[in-house]
Amino acid sequence: MAHLNEAAVAKINEICDRYAEERTPLMMILSDIQKEYGYIPLEVQEIVSKRTGLSVSEIYGVVTFYSFFSLKPKGKYIVGVCLGTACYVKGAQQVIDKFSELLGIAPGETTEDGMFTIDALRCIGACGIAPAVSINGKVYPKVAVSAVKGIIDELRAEGGAN
Amino acid sequence: MAKINIKIEGVPYQVEEGLTILEAAKACGYEIPTLCAFNHGECNKGSCRVCLVEATGARGLVASCVYPINEGMEITISSPKAAAARRASVELLLSNHSMLCQTCDKNEKCELLHVARITGARDGMFQGTQTPVTVDEISPSIVRDTSKCVLCGRCVARCANAHGNGVIGFQNRGFRTIIGPAENRAFTDSPCILCGQCVNVCPTGALMEKSEISKVDEAFAAGKYVVVQTAPAVRAALGEEFGMKIGTPVTGKMVAALRRLGFKKVFDTNYAADLTIMEEATELLSRIKNGGALPMLTSCSPGWVNYAEVYYGDCLDHISSCKSPHEMQGAILKHYYAAKIGVNPEDMFVVSIMPCTAKKFEKERDALKTKGLADVDAVLTTRELGKLIKRSGINFTKLPDEEFDSDIIGEYTGAGVIFGVTGGVMEAALRTAYYVLTGEEHAEIKFEQVRGFDGIKEASFNLAGMEVNVAVAHGMKNAKVLMDEIRAGTSKYHFIEVMGCPGGCINGGGQPYVRECFLPNEDADIMDTYKEKRAQALYSEDERQTLRQSHNNPQIKALYDEFLGEPNSHLAHELLHTHYGARKPFPEKE
Repeated sequence: MAHLNEAAVAKINEICDRYAEERTPLMMILSDIQKEYGYIPLEVQEIVSKRTGLSVSEIYGVVTFYSFFSLKPKGKYIVGVCLGTACYVKGAQQVIDKFSELLGIAPGETTEDGMFTIDALRCIGACGIAPAVSINGKVYPKVAVSAVKGIIDELRAEGGAN
Repeated sequence: MAKINIKIEGVPYQVEEGLTILEAAKACGYEIPTLCAFNHGECNKGSCRVCLVEATGARGLVASCVYPINEGMEITISSPKAAAARRASVELLLSNHSMLCQTCDKNEKCELLHVARITGARDGMFQGTQTPVTVDEISPSIVRDTSKCVLCGRCVARCANAHGNGVIGFQNRGFRTIIGPAENRAFTDSPCILCGQCVNVCPTGALMEKSEISKVDEAFAAGKYVVVQTAPAVRAALGEEFGMKIGTPVTGKMVAALRRLGFKKVFDTNYAADLTIMEEATELLSRIKNGGALPMLTSCSPGWVNYAEVYYGDCLDHISSCKSPHEMQGAILKHYYAAKIGVNPEDMFVVSIMPCTAKKFEKERDALKTKGLADVDAVLTTRELGKLIKRSGINFTKLPDEEFDSDIIGEYTGAGVIFGVTGGVMEAALRTAYYVLTGEEHAEIKFEQVRGFDGIKEASFNLAGMEVNVAVAHGMKNAKVLMDEIRAGTSKYHFIEVMGCPGGCINGGGQPYVRECFLPNEDADIMDTYKEKRAQALYSEDERQTLRQSHNNPQIKALYDEFLGEPNSHLAHELLHTHYGARKPFPEKE
């Protein structure tokens, strides 16, 4: 397991400082850490535990309860496929299956090159353009199974160039 | 407290304001079945849904353990709707439960089985997927089997209360929810101290001690010279396994039962408790005289030692180097007694009957081997001894009273007996420290200031012109307060006794389960008084002893005269002392 460097420890402490006056700061702290680093491993939870006085087991419970929090690093592109009712009846299951097949990972997993993570989402409120896929905040409307490969290739080209 | 009017099944009652329906009903003579509500709100999550009732003013059925009563409320427990709902709740729990009741070690005291009987729950009403199961059998002390967990949260609450920094918690969500240490780790890879308090409150077989009965069977089968020793707290509770009232001392029957189980010798660990006091009191006075690390902390409780190693690795020089009493006894048995009776120490098998699950782990420590032999070979809890006695067809309650062996070692004083309750080690040490310093007995044998169940007790004694400040803590939550002072350099104490479990060993993680629903003949306040009753069993045995100070134990004197030399001698260090090492709360995985 890689260890946290000093800068990361300082950053996490700084995030904890932001909410020092809050009565129940845990969700805010975890949320900021998730945004900053993309995941919240146990080592980070141990620091948050020391700072908040909450036990690691309780913090771990919160991290594993909310799908927004992650224990492992997520990919550069987070492919969120909506599986809400409207998207589902419009074939979202086939869409997410296609992403899984082409990327070689199950929903919730990340590709080995760290490029893609597939997330199964509940309704994202875009029923009018079902089936919808949301990738790093950009929403792809009416995604057909046949369009999946194009989306991946496009992102690979874009991501590889960075 | 103001009274309000409620009705249960149409009958009017006046009850205290602020109660839950469950508590109010109890006050009126009803026992609504429940799993998650435990020990006056120590755990109250409303999560098991077994206590559903109808109440006016509520939408639908309510969980009576969390629903407060109000003026004029009419409650119905026995309506067909409420009864069917409770039954369905239990049937749902059963549908995700591994129904291996016959072989489950908890089956006699299983509350799930109890509520299933009461509600009339039927088999196989709901079928479908089961939650993925974790079975952690890695630690020598505790087994966690999530297939038997009902997610009531009692263990989580007790762990937070006793340990102070809860090790186990809920994790994941919905149907995949389980209880365990973070990352679903094994207890041995977590900050768990193996105290077993979670086992004590678990209503089912999800948390259990790791049984070593088969180890003992094998030792007998292999023709070993099997001897047994029993900790003081065991005699204060073993009778409960056979339906005797809580607080009944069963020392004589316990000895008789152990003889009938085939143990070659039956010793009292109290002999070694007296030895511990000689070593510990001498160590304390030498630290005070020679500027050693103060305060000195006791080392009898293996749960506490685990805690210190995990959370206070920088303060370990404060912990007495004395082995715990049963380990001292093991070392003396194998390296002194064995030669006396002409037994090869390698053929001797030492079994300890302990009120404790952490002792199972302790005996495996490398630092507790002497000349290559483990001081103690197997540890059984009080509950396991109960099982062993039942299995062997011994009619425990009808047994005569017999005496412990005390041919060469084994005699004990009252000071040893009270080791089993919070404050007892301190009191025993004070009795002897006074004598060591002054050469005279303290006028008053009892040191009342260190008795009782306050979380932290403190006192000052003038021992021969020397002001000695002492403190006693039980439960890690309380120990933490004193340890933080030590770390900050502000501790004013010379000597601190710490026991891992709330109340000390009498309430250890290996003691009989105390469940109101299985104790119809106990007082209504038994959950509040059982610790006191068990403690009283020990204090009364102390008072019955002619010898009540460790230094007056003639066999201990003889042991020093002819073998060890003097307390803290070189040989004493080799046999009776140990060392500790700092550990990480979450060791890195390979």
